[in-house]
Amino acid sequence: MFYREAGQFKTSYNKDQAVFPIIQDRWFIAAVIIGAYAVVPFAADEYWLQAVIIPFLILALAAIGLNLLTGYAGQVSLGTGAFMAVGAYACYKMTTNIPDLNVVVAFLISGVMAAAVGIVFGLPSLRIKGFYLAVATLAAQFFILWLFNKVGWFYNDNPSGTITAPPRELFGITITGPQATAEARYFVSLTFLVVGAIVAKNLVRGRIGRSWMAIRDMDIAAEIIGIRPLQTKLMAFAISSFYCGVAGALYIFVWLGSAETEAFDLLQVSFPILFMIIIGGLGSIMGSIMGAAFITLMPIFLTNFPPMIGIHLATDLQKHLEEIIFGGMIVAFLIVEPHGLARLWQIAKEKLRLWPFPY
Amino acid sequence: MPATRNIGDVLLDVDGISISFGGVKALSDVSFDVREHEILAIIGPNGAGKSSMLNCINGFYHPQEGTITFKGKPRHQMQTHEAALQGIARTFQNIALFKGMSTLDNIMTGRNLKMKKNLFWQMLYFGPALKEELEHRAVVEEIIDFLEIEAIRKTPVGKLPYGLQKRVELGRALAAEPDLLLLDEPMAGMNIEEKQDMCRFILDVNDEFGTTIVLIEHDMSVVMDISDRVVVLDYGKKLAYGTPDEVRANQDVIDAYLGVAHE
Repeated sequence: MFYREAGQFKTSYNKDQAVFPIIQDRWFIAAVIIGAYAVVPFAADEYWLQAVIIPFLILALAAIGLNLLTGYAGQVSLGTGAFMAVGAYACYKMTTNIPDLNVVVAFLISGVMAAAVGIVFGLPSLRIKGFYLAVATLAAQFFILWLFNKVGWFYNDNPSGTITAPPRELFGITITGPQATAEARYFVSLTFLVVGAIVAKNLVRGRIGRSWMAIRDMDIAAEIIGIRPLQTKLMAFAISSFYCGVAGALYIFVWLGSAETEAFDLLQVSFPILFMIIIGGLGSIMGSIMGAAFITLMPIFLTNFPPMIGIHLATDLQKHLEEIIFGGMIVAFLIVEPHGLARLWQIAKEKLRLWPFPY
Repeated sequence: MPATRNIGDVLLDVDGISISFGGVKALSDVSFDVREHEILAIIGPNGAGKSSMLNCINGFYHPQEGTITFKGKPRHQMQTHEAALQGIARTFQNIALFKGMSTLDNIMTGRNLKMKKNLFWQMLYFGPALKEELEHRAVVEEIIDFLEIEAIRKTPVGKLPYGLQKRVELGRALAAEPDLLLLDEPMAGMNIEEKQDMCRFILDVNDEFGTTIVLIEHDMSVVMDISDRVVVLDYGKKLAYGTPDEVRANQDVIDAYLGVAHE
């Protein structure tokens, strides 16, 4: 009843190709962003910010990166964790060796380093596609993590083999390391996600995004139109890895504080992020964020739900049940809506437009 | 109308093209030329090498013998995407649209080569990038208007019926503003109304934009009506070459199409 576009006339192409052409959508998104900045950090406690919201924001950024590559450009990658690790280790080396470097600049340069590595591992994509490419990107995953473990230079020959985020300030507020407050770290990760999402949306609705989708949907026709496959694919790898690299740097510096290469393990990071974009919706920026929310929030919901309704189970039983239910939900969900949460959201909006008189 | 159209110089010269795949000779020693502003049809039975010919012209296949001269420049080994740069666009026999994208985005993709703004502006989607996007959108809207597909602008092309998909594909090829347009069976599988529409579009493209067109078609009444000259291929060899009337009267063509009576 309140959600319809009647009376909203688009008088220019600019208005017609807006991200949210309907004013109700614009208000909703504005409210979400303002709420995220003004309400959430004060409403949520330390535990929620640290254990739930910050990892969600950072993984959502990585999911956007992977979605650009897999959802838009059609190149399946299992190397997300490796590209994140490149970002994290690059950032560690930079901040420890150049203490005066602004940490946000360090995050961005880490992304550039990850992009360079992404280009190298994207080279096979010209010749191999689909599952075979996924296997080829596994090489990145294993090789890079092995390298970071093996060569002491990457972790400054630290005897424990871990990298630890040194405390760094932005505008006089500590945002990394153990002294940083959860709120400060929350604002940093939220800002990176908001800016990253907007930039990604701009890329995919312009020339570059169209060339990615053209390669994804019909590579021969794309080539005959004049799109160069190698450049286009490598650009997708580079930009995707940039996002992953920045997310990886944030992962250590803003969330974990210190970690070993295992934090970027295939099963810990690469697969969950792939699930996020599959569940959220391939080829959708909004879907990446929704998928990240689903994957990070659902286990927590499953942990907390039985006690809430008065069922108390043994911890180990509870943990196993959680995993079973979580797996079952993913399967059920993919059968019901293979195009993911983003499509579900779209369908809901379509229904809402006609509600309450659906004819 | 044909009297008022000024057929110009030779735009594309195909000289002695041969190509074989393993033991199959797809084309052997085929020569013809295409003049500016004309409509040339390539006809022939199935497997005659028509599509191979188009693939050679737009650089997808590399002929083993013979030369192709486009706009006066002999062509060397080139990569597929270079043909688009030189001003050749095409449609496919089996529709090759970008199925996940809307009609509008498909046609916009056809203008990709003409869009120059760099990554930085693309990321901001502001200033020069936005201006460029809007300019090209205006051109694309003209094409949409021309092809009468306004209503399906925002529909993902995978959901469109076959006839409309063919039309969108023509739109995507037109968006590149090509000098030479290659159409591979633009009317295959269409009913009579759709064929009439498509004929009208092809003639209008030729007339209004002055685009040179090479098309492959099986419907003889269409071919004889709209084309200026016809090349007939059979088993990779050129059987006949000339105006529709000449080709129609050619005994070899009649034999190939109708079969020869065995006494």
